Amino acid sequence: MSTTTRLQPGSTADRSGSRQRPRQDTKLALAFIAPATIGFVLFLGWPTLRGIWLSFTSFNLLTPSEFVGLANYRRLVQDPIFWDSLLVTVQYVVINIGVQTVVALLIALMMHRLTQSSLLRGLVLGPYLVANVVAALVWLWILDTQFGVANQVLEWIGLNRIGFLSDETWAIPTIALINVWRHMGYTALLIFAGLQSLPGQVYEAARIDGAGEIRTFFSITLPLLRPIMALVLIMTVIGSFQVFDTVSVTTGGGPANATNVLQLYIYDMAFGRFQFGYASAMSVALLVVLAIITIVQFRLTRAGSTDLN
Amino acid sequence: MNPFRISARRALPARIGAALTVAALAVTGCSGQAGNSGGTGAIDYWLWDTNQLPAYQKCAEMFEAENPGQEVRISQTGWDDYWTKLTAGFIAGTGPDVFTNHVSKYPQFTELEVLAPLDELPATAEVDPEDFQEGLTDLWTGPDGHQYGMPKDWDTIGMFYNQDMVADAGLSPADLAGWSWNPQDGGSFEEIVAHLTVDKNGVRGDEPGFDKDNVEVYGFGLASAGGDNAGQAQWSSFAASNGWTSTNERLWGNRYQYDDPKLHETLDWFFSLTDKGYMPRYGQFNESEGTSGQLASGSAAIVPDGAWMITAYASSEGVNVGTARTPAGPDGTSKAMLNGLADSVVKDTDNPDGAAQWVAFLGSAACQQEVATAGVVFPARRDSTPIAAEVYRQKGIDPAPFMAPVEEDNTFYVSVTTQGADVTALVVPALEDIWANRLPASTLNKTNDAINVLFEVEE
Repeated sequence: MSTTTRLQPGSTADRSGSRQRPRQDTKLALAFIAPATIGFVLFLGWPTLRGIWLSFTSFNLLTPSEFVGLANYRRLVQDPIFWDSLLVTVQYVVINIGVQTVVALLIALMMHRLTQSSLLRGLVLGPYLVANVVAALVWLWILDTQFGVANQVLEWIGLNRIGFLSDETWAIPTIALINVWRHMGYTALLIFAGLQSLPGQVYEAARIDGAGEIRTFFSITLPLLRPIMALVLIMTVIGSFQVFDTVSVTTGGGPANATNVLQLYIYDMAFGRFQFGYASAMSVALLVVLAIITIVQFRLTRAGSTDLN
Repeated sequence: MNPFRISARRALPARIGAALTVAALAVTGCSGQAGNSGGTGAIDYWLWDTNQLPAYQKCAEMFEAENPGQEVRISQTGWDDYWTKLTAGFIAGTGPDVFTNHVSKYPQFTELEVLAPLDELPATAEVDPEDFQEGLTDLWTGPDGHQYGMPKDWDTIGMFYNQDMVADAGLSPADLAGWSWNPQDGGSFEEIVAHLTVDKNGVRGDEPGFDKDNVEVYGFGLASAGGDNAGQAQWSSFAASNGWTSTNERLWGNRYQYDDPKLHETLDWFFSLTDKGYMPRYGQFNESEGTSGQLASGSAAIVPDGAWMITAYASSEGVNVGTARTPAGPDGTSKAMLNGLADSVVKDTDNPDGAAQWVAFLGSAACQQEVATAGVVFPARRDSTPIAAEVYRQKGIDPAPFMAPVEEDNTFYVSVTTQGADVTALVVPALEDIWANRLPASTLNKTNDAINVLFEVEE
């Protein structure tokens, strides 16, 4: 703004006008930012700070809480169920993100290369429009050992029924795949948006050089898509670590804690066992884990830079 | 609906909404002490069982007629939402004055200091504990000696069976009346269960060529590993008749005994019935349908369940349901867990005297007879029990197998201790491991150590 003033040293009216404008802009800007800021402070900033404070107390909602120092964190280190649930969560994330990313990339490529139909592109988003709890309930019934359609089909083709959600080995992969089904369309859409931003001339050059579809994909599409893929991975991994509703609807953490993901354990600790202090400590631990993973991902994928320049 | 067997974790979806409410309340600084917001002087009374609602509605009318100026407002909420709504109510000050309480929940409420001691309120202090069935008042007396609930009903465990299946197998009710079990070969109980099991080819469980992987009818039904209430409606009768008690004291013990070899041999035998094909495997049937669903669909011939389910079994379409006692065990007796609900007064009610009068009235002969006539539970009062029994008989179900353990004093309690929610969180997965993954019951030693650490820390 000062540059403008120096370039146009006009009348005093002009000068005073240019001096007032920034103040007006600031007010307007503050007004625009205010709703988001209030929301952020009220529903994220303050609860986060309060949550961190609660993790050092014996808060139980009803009786006065006491400051207990690091006791909740000491318990966390020694709690085998916490580490077990962290491991279960990691298993879930690996399967969920691994499969989802590949499937979403394939769908995005097909949307990009094979069809222009907005109907088809819209259909891909279908599962994402179903509420998580509804999707989980529907799959719970489809996969039911006794009455589920899926098991009926297995029996018709001569296979044994599978306890998809009641068998220890199947439960986590099943839940991970249910969520792949629900989120793949949305993830594909993000990647698809990235694909559309890739410049056409590199593809043209590749065609002239005689590169086929597969060579083009690995040598051009994938490298140029790296910043987008990095963003998608960071977002989906964070979401995946916070899985709760699907597990709580389908297995409730069973059998024998085989699907006791971290968020479920935290929820049960707080609202089932009223140990909000310890639950807060575990939430803080989850926050730290997510922060570390995000930083590592960001570094490894060089998400902040692009190869297009 | 079987409010007693639904584990806390199964009810989660319904609790998400309430949980968010609770979280929001905590954030916005409403996390004050419990209290009733009514201010109108009306007594808010909460319960979860729709079947019992009409009877209590009548009690409320009688109470209002007797006590001009007092008004009772009854709210019914399904079991899934009941406890979260109650917790949220305690925090936000929108809870009831009086509510139906459960043994698995009330120790936690006493720890959170939200219940009023009934012996300190004039109206409830006058009620004679001798009016109720033996042991019920003890169940609701806290470790501090104060009474936190006025007994309203009681229940025991027995067996429900499909009379036609039993007759087709060439067995008679007398065979089930005199049965016994032992941890070595399962005794006559296992023989009967094996004989009632039928595979897809029509071969019985005790006949050559039986295909245990393709069973049409299980001799014995099971819907839960029983970790949440010490095997109440699953294996508790077996373990008790083999000499096991869940804690070192009848009530308010400070040491759990899941490391007892007597329990281990019981559970190893009990869950071996799944290996033999006589009992369903984990996850084979939807847990929420309960054993009543297995009996009603013809998937099981005999199922264990509680007295609170008598009416539900009586209305099973197309199945002639009979009842039997749990089999006699190595100690020669047939045992059953005794449990019961009670009404509790919220500590911060704005109408403590009215609340106490209402609770005393709920335990009175007038109201309990009303409940007995409805035929949904055994009322807590001794003088009302025969009325309920007669109503059950008219509905076509013999209640005697459920009353006999009480008459003979062959009952035991569910585990009532502090740290209940923590204990449940540890025992549920451990028992699922035994049923689902068929681990030896001795793996409970580790669980038991983890539980008892909780009590050592407490001391």
